[in-house]
Amino acid sequence: MISQILFIAIIIAAVVLFSINVKKVIRNIRLGRDADRSDQPSKRLMTMLKVAFGQSKMVVRPIPAALHFVVYAGFVIINIEVLEIMIDGIFGTHRIFGGLGTLYNFLIGSFEILALGVWLACVIFLIRRNILKLKRFMASELEGWPKSDANYILFTEVLLMTAFLLMNAADAKLQTLGLSHYTAAGSFPVSQFLIPLLPDQPSVLIALERGCWWFHIIGILAFLNYLPYSKHFHILFAFPNTYYSNLEPKGEFTNMESVTNEVKAMLDPSFVPAEAAAGRFGAKDVNDLTWINLMNAYTCTECGRCTSVCPANITGKLLSPRKIMMDTRDRMEEVGKSLDQKGPGLEDGKSLIDNYITREEIWACTSCNACVEACPINIDPLAIITELRRYAVMEESQAPTSINTMLGNIENNGAPWKYSPADRFNWAKEN
Amino acid sequence: MSEKLNIEVPTMAELVARGEQPEILFWVGCAGSYDERAQKTTRDICKILHHVGIKYAVLGTEESCTGDPAKRAGNEFLFQMQAMTNIEILNGYDIKKIVTGCPHCFNTIKNEYPGLGGNYEVIHHTQLIQDLIAEGKLKAEGGESFKGKKITYHDPCYLGRANGVYEAPRKALEVLDAQLVEMKRCKSNGLCCGAGGAQMFKEPEKGNKDINIERIEEALETNPGIIAAGCPFCMTMLSDGVKMKDKSDEVQVLDIAEITARANGL
Repeated sequence: MISQILFIAIIIAAVVLFSINVKKVIRNIRLGRDADRSDQPSKRLMTMLKVAFGQSKMVVRPIPAALHFVVYAGFVIINIEVLEIMIDGIFGTHRIFGGLGTLYNFLIGSFEILALGVWLACVIFLIRRNILKLKRFMASELEGWPKSDANYILFTEVLLMTAFLLMNAADAKLQTLGLSHYTAAGSFPVSQFLIPLLPDQPSVLIALERGCWWFHIIGILAFLNYLPYSKHFHILFAFPNTYYSNLEPKGEFTNMESVTNEVKAMLDPSFVPAEAAAGRFGAKDVNDLTWINLMNAYTCTECGRCTSVCPANITGKLLSPRKIMMDTRDRMEEVGKSLDQKGPGLEDGKSLIDNYITREEIWACTSCNACVEACPINIDPLAIITELRRYAVMEESQAPTSINTMLGNIENNGAPWKYSPADRFNWAKEN
Repeated sequence: MSEKLNIEVPTMAELVARGEQPEILFWVGCAGSYDERAQKTTRDICKILHHVGIKYAVLGTEESCTGDPAKRAGNEFLFQMQAMTNIEILNGYDIKKIVTGCPHCFNTIKNEYPGLGGNYEVIHHTQLIQDLIAEGKLKAEGGESFKGKKITYHDPCYLGRANGVYEAPRKALEVLDAQLVEMKRCKSNGLCCGAGGAQMFKEPEKGNKDINIERIEEALETNPGIIAAGCPFCMTMLSDGVKMKDKSDEVQVLDIAEITARANGL
């Protein structure tokens, strides 16, 4: 009875805590400007199913794709087991679904095989990061917390899977001892090999089985509450992020409506804009970005596929699209913390541009869209870079000198070079 | 050879004065108009249009920058000023279909002009060439033979990833009976030449290599006789890369329009 109450209390606490943190995250995302992505719902749904659920963009790199798929399938399928754990925990039953017989045996058997797969995949992932030191995971923006974050996630998953298999092994052994509580249920294709390693005393076995059971469920709940602080948030955000991702051609940049009004008024003095332009042009800080940009930042799992294909990064420039996303999230968290502690009206003298993302980074971008193409969950770092450039150019008039020269040429000659418009057609007459 | 232009290039103003309307408007672009190397491509596109007998016209001195480099650099004001001025001219001439000689113009007019009131069917010149080949109006005969020559095609970002046009330029090369070889990074995984996003007009940021060198090294790994381009900016970057690598004697960088014109003896 006490354990049932404790169990229910832990579940409630975990869910409440998680809801509070998710609310904060949603509030942070809502700091962003409006952007309408409510069009084409069926196409959006298909994109989500294909890219997030079906992981279609992962296959470009087959090895991590296969390993990731095992962990993903394991996560989704083994969590069916959580349903049983919940019911058992609340009602004090044991393996409530055991009555399903063959189906149950099949389910537990598959969970075990998947658990072993997840265990192996996570160990390989740890080796790739810490021993093989793949270039993608060695960038400077990952130093410190991001690197630890990745290792904590993988290590926790290894522990959770170990607990799950040990629990089953202990249970299987108890079932053979004929204790009334431990009726025969489940098949144990993996954990049967652990049985010989376990002690024979029923009391120790029960302690082990119960210990692993509690560790498994508390571990999962702790993991859930870790998500809002971690890059691992992608397991949830991948779905809305792909649903709301850009469906237009990648080369199409948004036309700024506020500018359209001003330009129309300039070209046609009789034009009266519907409403005055609000806010600044482009983005100086996170609240100037759209909620899509900000959701992108929470979705990023720092895999670095973007950075590894970025022509600027490949050739040694400072720009790293992954860092653009990480900086955006860090700044958003900072603004969010200030909102929690001091309420609105943050004036810390800092901004996303300069304090997080430098000018050198934004001007190194070739807008080639390789990062956007590479992201397995449709994050768009280029959209943020463009907004920062817009701010630098339109609000501050601070662009590299040669860019200003180019802009001046377009304004005066209708071409980015200093040629006379009168000579524009000379190509047909020469030679 | 493709140097000389023995044909009259009709302008919209002339056509309208004669009360005529072209089937297609050829949007030349700034590079195609002023850059000496790109001008050759421009003239070859005209030769192709003339050769197949499509009724076309150019804007001539009425054309102005689409605003693409301004937009990528973050100057939305200047972009929209350019765009609206151009749209006024295009709509004034009641233009329905446009072929561009540059992927950047192509992307901008196709994707960003509609929101500002400019709605046209826009194609890139490699798509036009592909269509003409498919319709049987254009072949690869009567000119230089490319049979067996090793050609590698560099995907321009604003044609490929930006707009998903990967097949048209390749189809245009397939008729040559040449040996087409792909670089490691091609199609949606293609590496930028380094010119996009207004980089063409500035010095690169500090790094350990120029992007066009990274790209040209990859292109040269395929041992090509010709590196095929579809963008005047890629043309500049790739040609510079070939020069830097002292390979100008062995490797030519040619636009697909130039190759097509040569193959047809235009």
